Amino acid sequence: MTEHLYKYILGIADNSLILGQRLGELCGHGPNLETDIACTNISLDLLGQVRSYFQYAAKIAGDGRNEDDIAMLRKEREYRNVLLVEQPNTDFAHVMARQFLFDVYHFLFLQELQKSKDLTLSAIANKCIKEVSYHQRFSSDWIKRLGDGTKVSHEKMQDAIDYLWPYTDELFYQTKADKAIIKEGIGVDTVEFKDTYFQRLKMILEEATLKVPESKYFHKGGKDGIHSEHMGYILSDLQYMQRTYPNMEW
Amino acid sequence: MKKEWPLWEVFVRSKNGLEHRHFGSLHAADAEMALENARDVYTRRNEGVSIWVVESKHITASNPENNGELFEPAQDKVYRHPTFYDVPDDVKHM
Repeated sequence: MTEHLYKYILGIADNSLILGQRLGELCGHGPNLETDIACTNISLDLLGQVRSYFQYAAKIAGDGRNEDDIAMLRKEREYRNVLLVEQPNTDFAHVMARQFLFDVYHFLFLQELQKSKDLTLSAIANKCIKEVSYHQRFSSDWIKRLGDGTKVSHEKMQDAIDYLWPYTDELFYQTKADKAIIKEGIGVDTVEFKDTYFQRLKMILEEATLKVPESKYFHKGGKDGIHSEHMGYILSDLQYMQRTYPNMEW
Repeated sequence: MKKEWPLWEVFVRSKNGLEHRHFGSLHAADAEMALENARDVYTRRNEGVSIWVVESKHITASNPENNGELFEPAQDKVYRHPTFYDVPDDVKHM
C-alpha cells in the first residue's frame, strides 16, 4: 500500500516536473517577451506544485530522502511521467499543443483528485486547480489563435496536434500502483473522464478549425519507466547541479 | 506583413477601493491576448485585482512642446490651492 501510494504520487508529480522542465527551457527563448514570461510562469506554477507532491512522497517513503532527492536523484527508469510531457519544444505550435493536450487532462484529473479520501492529496489538488484552470485557458486560446490564424500557423498547429496525438491515450493508462490506489478510494479513476477529455479536445480543435486526428496507434511506456529518447537529455539538464555538486543548496 | 504586434497600455488596480494605475505597456495581437499577457507580465507577484488594457494608439497625449501654454500659467496662481483658510481646531481630518 505504502509502496503503491509512493509510486502513485510520483506518477502525478513527474508529469508536472518534466513538463515544467521542458517549459523552463524556453526561458529567454520564447517567441517574444510576453509569451516567454507566460511560459516561464506556467513552468514555475508546475514546479511549485510538484514540491507539495514530493514532500508528501518523501514523508511516505520515510527512508531519509527529502523532496529534492526524490525530484533530482532518481534514475531514468524510476521516473513515471507520461511520454507526452517529454516531447521536445520543436516550435511554438508543438509547445502549445503539448501544453493543451496535457492541461485539459490535468484540470479534469485535479477536479477528481479534490475528492480523494487522502486529505493531503485533496488539499494539494484544491490548491493547484486554479493555476491549472488558467493554464488550460492560455493553451486553448493559442490552439484557436494559431489553428484559426494564417495558412502557415494553421499548418504548423495541425502538424503539432497530429504529431502529439498518439501520446494522449497514455494519460489514461493505469499502472499496477494506480489500480491499487484507485481501489482504496485515494486515486482518481481516469477512465471515468476519458470521454469528457476527448470531447473537450474535439470541441476546441473544431473551434480552431483543426482536424481531430484519427490515429489508432498510441505510444505508451513512460508510466512504467520506459521513456522516449528525449528523457535522458532532460534528466542530464535537470540533474546536472545535484550530480556535479552533491547536496548543493542555495 | 507587419511583424510586431500592436502596443497596449496596461492599467492595474492593486487593491479594491484604489484606482487603476498605469503599470506599463506590452505587445499583443488583440485585447484578449493583451489581458493574458498583462496578467503574466504585471500581476505575477500578486500586484493586482483588476486589469484594464487599451491599445496605445487610442490614447491622445498632450504635446510636450505645448507645456508652456498648457501648464506654466498655473504655476503662479497658488491661490487656486485651498490653503488660505484658517481651519477651526474642531474640524478633524483636513
